[in-house]
Amino acid sequence: MNSYVRGTLAAALLATTSTMAMAADKVVVITSFPNSMTGPIEAAFEAANPGVDLEILNKKTSAGVKYIQELAGANTADVFWASAPDAFEVLKGDNLLATASVTSTGIPDTIGSYPINDPDGKYIGFAAAGYGIMWNERYLKGNDLEPAKEWSDLKNPEYHGHVGMSAPSRSGTTHLTVETLLQGEGWDKGWAEWKWIAGNFATVTERSFGVPDGVNTGNFGLGIVIDFFGFSSKASGFPVDFAYPTVTALVPANIAVVNEAPNGDGARAFIEYLLTPAGQEVLLDPAIMRLPVNPATYEAAPKGFPNPFAEGSTIGAAVEFDVFKSKARYNLVNSMFDVMITYRLDDLRSAVRAVQLAEAKHATGDNAEAKALIAEARALIEANPIDEAQSLDADFAATFTKKRKKVTDTVGERQAQVEQGWDTMVVENYRRAQELAEKAAAM
Amino acid sequence: MSDTSRPGSLADKLPSALFPRVSGLGMVALLIALLLIGLLIIPVLLVIYVAFQDPNTGALTLNNFQDFFGSSLFRESFWNSFYVSAMSVVVATIIALPLAYITTRFNFAGSMVIQSLGFIPLIMPPFVGAVAMQLIFGRNGTINLLLKEKFGVSIPFMDGLNGVILVQSIHYFPFILINLSTSLRNIDRSMEEAAQNLGSYGMRLFRRVVFPLAMPGYIAGAALVFIKVFDDLGTPLLLNVNNMLAPQAFLRISSIGISDPMGYVISFILVMFSIFSLWASFLFMRGKDYSTVQKGGGGLSKRDLRTHEKIMAYGVVAMILLAVLSPHIGLTLLSFATIWSYAPLPDGYTMQNFVTMWNSSGEYITNTVIYAGLAAVADIIIGTAIAYIVMRTKIFGRKALDYLATAALAVPGVVLGIGYLRLFHGMEVPFSGEPMASWWVIIALALMIRRLPYALRACTAALQQVSVSLEEAAENLGASKARTVKKIVVPLMTGGILAGFVTSFATAAVELSATIMLVSSDSDAPLAYGIYLFMQTPSGRGAGAALGLVAVLIVGLGTFLSQMVVERDKKYRMSGQEQ
Repeated sequence: MNSYVRGTLAAALLATTSTMAMAADKVVVITSFPNSMTGPIEAAFEAANPGVDLEILNKKTSAGVKYIQELAGANTADVFWASAPDAFEVLKGDNLLATASVTSTGIPDTIGSYPINDPDGKYIGFAAAGYGIMWNERYLKGNDLEPAKEWSDLKNPEYHGHVGMSAPSRSGTTHLTVETLLQGEGWDKGWAEWKWIAGNFATVTERSFGVPDGVNTGNFGLGIVIDFFGFSSKASGFPVDFAYPTVTALVPANIAVVNEAPNGDGARAFIEYLLTPAGQEVLLDPAIMRLPVNPATYEAAPKGFPNPFAEGSTIGAAVEFDVFKSKARYNLVNSMFDVMITYRLDDLRSAVRAVQLAEAKHATGDNAEAKALIAEARALIEANPIDEAQSLDADFAATFTKKRKKVTDTVGERQAQVEQGWDTMVVENYRRAQELAEKAAAM
Repeated sequence: MSDTSRPGSLADKLPSALFPRVSGLGMVALLIALLLIGLLIIPVLLVIYVAFQDPNTGALTLNNFQDFFGSSLFRESFWNSFYVSAMSVVVATIIALPLAYITTRFNFAGSMVIQSLGFIPLIMPPFVGAVAMQLIFGRNGTINLLLKEKFGVSIPFMDGLNGVILVQSIHYFPFILINLSTSLRNIDRSMEEAAQNLGSYGMRLFRRVVFPLAMPGYIAGAALVFIKVFDDLGTPLLLNVNNMLAPQAFLRISSIGISDPMGYVISFILVMFSIFSLWASFLFMRGKDYSTVQKGGGGLSKRDLRTHEKIMAYGVVAMILLAVLSPHIGLTLLSFATIWSYAPLPDGYTMQNFVTMWNSSGEYITNTVIYAGLAAVADIIIGTAIAYIVMRTKIFGRKALDYLATAALAVPGVVLGIGYLRLFHGMEVPFSGEPMASWWVIIALALMIRRLPYALRACTAALQQVSVSLEEAAENLGASKARTVKKIVVPLMTGGILAGFVTSFATAAVELSATIMLVSSDSDAPLAYGIYLFMQTPSGRGAGAALGLVAVLIVGLGTFLSQMVVERDKKYRMSGQEQ
């Protein structure tokens, strides 16, 4: 095949597929961010760097990780760009990220109590986000409700059937919310808190965007979401609002150069641009609304925009987020949440509702027997299949992780067996709790 | 076709050792078999072999299956999937039967419009359909908000399994409608007349003669609905129903880090159960000869409706269409809406969504037409070939060909997507040198494989109604096999083939689950992916809906045109003008 024929074929191919970008210096970016966010950033970057073409490829975080894993060896991606630090940890663990080695000025080491960059320099934080509660004003008005300000408010019986959340196994950002509360409140208390909140769920959505979407349309009234979903929904004109509870973590959204990137220099140029004052300011676009990591940028922010670097700011300060702890039990926490809450939501909801009704009935009385039954029901709902020590036990957690390190490695039990054990336990507990609570309510 | 018209001509010129003598049809069968093995079986095996692997040691094992049946959650999921599929077939039949019957049996104004409109639900991406249905039927959708305001009650249309059944039946009933209508149209009028001469009429005539004769189409459609619902992912996921098999498989395969073998076990079981259902439907049809010699009788005799019948028929049709088109009504409202939140109707209307959409979606539309068009053309060619080989030849293993092609139904799109990434990993496209795994043709191939079963069912049902004696007559008059196929069989199958093309094209145009794994750059992305992107942002809902509306219009127009061809074709035959 001589080069002339090859050239003609390539030209013919170009003409038919309408791919115009061959001439420019192409940077392929795998991202979980929506195009309402990537669009303005892409435009600003390409304006500042003519001749570089940013090719944005949108995938859900988990699909993006899978995609890069599957492509390893014949890699075509330059940049991985997403929220969840855990996703970057997975790629880093598989040795699929290159050392970023970019230069920037004016960016501190931490935001809240969270380090902005990966200590090994494999991924870089460019913006921050925190979790909070978003609500639909019309929905709350229609149902005579007040907005919830703290996580614990969501446990209140008046919110039964009005709350929505995504599953941590489906969304890296939701995983962080779950883990934050587990670390902030402690393992047992944290899980109990989640189960009482989940008892008020209208639904557990499959995508993290399903939550703001549900609140925006009024499918349910309150949602546990990451801040920019709240800000950008409000900016789009929906009758919604957002607030940070006291116990929340600010975590950076990250960007990294993929190992053996076809255009590593282009990738670095893009990351460096994101960290310049000009790049940081694009984050304040009404459709994006992420917290910049450069404190100076907040001077340009609209009124009322939260500033975690401000003197006396409490956002994200309450929790010392331990990323290593989180990593050690990442899959285990996801699995527990799914077994106890996502897949058994109906059982959990009925049990929690029964307890709420029994408590409402005996709120003022002094029926000791009923109170004992309610206490027993509460304990049954709160019971955890494993304690914190076991959750951090590396051997046990290995049941839930993907890779055998060596062929000779063996793990005691299979994940399906463990999950079946948990499932049997929680289903029986929820059933018994409902029974006891109903008995108490009948007294 | 010039090669096949002289079967064996190439083989004659080659040494027989190098090229063993195979008939032209045998060659075709072999090629199709290789294609299916390469593009379906190998990728799927690359993924589901994990089901038989001990996650700890990598050794082969059946433990994972023991775990599956030992888990109450999985047993419950299995039962839920079965229940939802069966109920969806029932509800879909209730929707499709009156539409098919009224439009083929009576002189009914607008039959063609109904046939086209009735098809439209199929061409909406499932996630868009679910969004629109939530707006109308959801907890706080239009209907429930109005009910609450007026009567203080609400109806849980969309809660849990109910929601899945409702959305699935509305989404997939066209499979029954389209196949049943084709069958009804192809029934020989003389059968009906004979029954009438013998004193049968009304419901009895329908029950004993018409419906049994239309059985091939109905079973083909019902089997499709059952299987599609059984392994459909999009709808249960969007309605957040997790306790079904396909979502369980998907949730387990696609989560980061979790690659416990259960997801793969479930994929394997989905494949097996779907194959079992198909086998059962074949078994049911076996030994029944539904073909009629006198093709060209023009189908059932149409009669005029009396006035009160007409009112009733219009009422029934209008009600069904209103229910069936509710997702489209919701989508249309959303695409023109400013803000629509916790209210029966949007706050205001605007054209802005279309402007936003138009500025960034030209490529999505062109890509979709190219991918789905290529896939559907390939599908009907392969589908017709397989149908002919299975029903008219004695080639060894011909049934296997049918099962192979149909097995694609049972493969969840994500599994096929991952399989393709693994299969084409490291390969390069000839000449251009770009990596095969990120080449757009792969997307078209995946769509072709995934939609082949639809085309195949339609082609098979069409061929089932072409009598062998017509071919024998042609061959007796000296026509070659290939000429017979070209001049007799294919023309008689036109309606069915066209139905197959439209089904493949329309559903390929809105497919997402495999493409989302395979799209490697925005400029290669099809429409459904574009809608998905829009719908991921609060400000993009309207623009996404606008793009969805464009998709529906494009495919709807295509359907309407092909429907016109079918009708015209039929008229020719009835008036005996056909050559």
